[in-house]
Amino acid sequence: MARWGMVIDLDECTGCRSCTAACRAENSVPFAGPDQAELGRAIFWQEVLEREIHGSYPFLERQYVPRLCMHCDDPPCVKVCPVEATYKNDEGVVLVDYGRCIGCRLCATACPYGVRYFNWYPPEFPDTLERAVNPDVPTRPVGVIEKCTFCIHRLEEVKARAEEEGREVTDAELVLLTACNQACPASARYFGDLEDPQSTVARLSRSPRAFVLLEDLGTEPRVFYLKGE
Amino acid sequence: MLRPEITQTQSEDEALLLAPLTRTSRGFMLLVGLLATVALVGIFAYIRQLSRGLGVSGMNRPVYWGVYIVNFVFFIGLAHSGTFISAILRLVGAGWRTPLARAAEAITVFSVPFGAGSILIDLGRIDRMFNVFFYGRYASALLWDVTSVSLYLLSSIVFFYFALLPDLAHARDQLTEVPQWQHEMYRILALGWRDHPEQYRRLEKVLDGMAVFMTLLVVTVHTVVAFVFSMTLQPVWHTAVLGPFFLVGAVFSGSGAVVIAMAILRRVFRLENILTWKHFDYMRQLLIALSLTWMYFMITEHLTIFYGREIPEMQVFFQRFTGAYAPLFWAMLALCFLVPFPILLTVGKRSIGWMVVAGLMINVGMWLERYIVVLPTLTRPHLLNELAIGTYTPTWTELSITAASFAGLILLYALFTRFFPIVPIWERSEEVEAYLHEEEGE
Repeated sequence: MARWGMVIDLDECTGCRSCTAACRAENSVPFAGPDQAELGRAIFWQEVLEREIHGSYPFLERQYVPRLCMHCDDPPCVKVCPVEATYKNDEGVVLVDYGRCIGCRLCATACPYGVRYFNWYPPEFPDTLERAVNPDVPTRPVGVIEKCTFCIHRLEEVKARAEEEGREVTDAELVLLTACNQACPASARYFGDLEDPQSTVARLSRSPRAFVLLEDLGTEPRVFYLKGE
Repeated sequence: MLRPEITQTQSEDEALLLAPLTRTSRGFMLLVGLLATVALVGIFAYIRQLSRGLGVSGMNRPVYWGVYIVNFVFFIGLAHSGTFISAILRLVGAGWRTPLARAAEAITVFSVPFGAGSILIDLGRIDRMFNVFFYGRYASALLWDVTSVSLYLLSSIVFFYFALLPDLAHARDQLTEVPQWQHEMYRILALGWRDHPEQYRRLEKVLDGMAVFMTLLVVTVHTVVAFVFSMTLQPVWHTAVLGPFFLVGAVFSGSGAVVIAMAILRRVFRLENILTWKHFDYMRQLLIALSLTWMYFMITEHLTIFYGREIPEMQVFFQRFTGAYAPLFWAMLALCFLVPFPILLTVGKRSIGWMVVAGLMINVGMWLERYIVVLPTLTRPHLLNELAIGTYTPTWTELSITAASFAGLILLYALFTRFFPIVPIWERSEEVEAYLHEEEGE
């Protein structure tokens, strides 16, 4: 059984936010507008966190940490959902059943990474955004939670094609599978099967530079970061 | 049909207790009008929220919960002292509680629905609320909440109703000059109670049994409410002390409310001989014990956090002590302990007025305490980046729904006192005492 994971090389990441933009486009993330965004209602399944600037002039550095759903192996969000609207599928992807979610937001308060977002208003796609809505991804109604899905629609497509052609999915097809990875101009991101010891993500996750966020909490995230030099 | 013999003083008391059921005063109409208006504004605000989405509230990311959850915890907490007085004190045989029991239990019966209602109001998809029954997962603390609060509501209503039965029969039999519909109401609700000694003995047995059940339930309910917070990994929420702390706070705020209710009822219905100074003194002692226990938990919690100096927890700690929530935090400490505690020890000994002041402060302070538990942690979650720059300002929608919830509680309470005796008549009757002791003598 596959176990999907991601590796992000913080030494390569330039903080350009192409990943954030690509994810929003791919997943038809609704438009919040400047007023709502200022109130803290904007939805970014994938977000780039900025760490403090360190070093002294002229050798200044700031680290950018692209943060998406960690698809934890022991997810605090799945634990608390009263109706099992959020669940971890058998390949390790944590998903939300938009039809079942009652909008209690316990999962959102339980997630220590803050990756879960709520639809405070019915979603809006003004003007040209309407035409850009991705037909492969269901749009979410008001009052439910949404978050990163590891582009599971693309994953299913690739798996289906491989099965049709009677072969296994190759690592090369997976590395830049997700929209965020595909958009990254610095080639800082990798996706793949952590169960396959030869895959890029499996090898990189064993690197001495590899770490995860909030490791002490025991959530066992499947998104690994490679420390900057 | 047997009826307990009534002595002279008993019949005076009884007349006093049945008097409100026979007339509507102008003050009452005014009160009902005012409360109904406030409630209607809140209902309008909710309908607007329902049609537009929860965006009309002040909640955001990372502050996913706000005033509605605070209200939920507060109202469920308020209910606890009613059960404490009518069930727990019943089990330990504290006879002084008898005249207060119904007044206190009425607070329970009318505030639990607003607690449960506050959660429903907070749901993003209330149209899917039955999913909790269809797909409920017992691994989730929220489902333990749903179960225990539902059980609490149901058993409180049943307990309350059973204890009311003999008095309903009394009203049916004694009140001949009330409107036909009112008389019918008593007749139907009295379920054919016939004042038979055997009925009283059975009633006592049932109430004793239910008192045990409700005692266990009341400990469970508020602990489980606390679990919804303490079972997440969020800083300062994730602590073992939260369960007991919430429980103590609940009985504390509820007891303050009972004092207020007692004082008002005593004044409005002229019950000076029934709700005596002795009762206020017992409540005063109870409040002193609860104040000290509450303060003990406050100190323990914050001292432990401060000594450990864990970074995420200290962020929340300073939010409370010196940051955005400092004014509310210090106001809470003043209103819950620093001002009412000295009052309870000194002037409260002699004056019901001061007891009411203390009770009011404690309730306002405890609402603030729930606010302080919920908000600072949400504004300073784990990942210290843009996520952690959280702020929250409740909107008029949330505040008017809060006001409407309080107005609704008081309205239901007032309506209850208009049509039903607020002090149990049958529990004061010497004849009924005799029936109950007959069996013990055998």
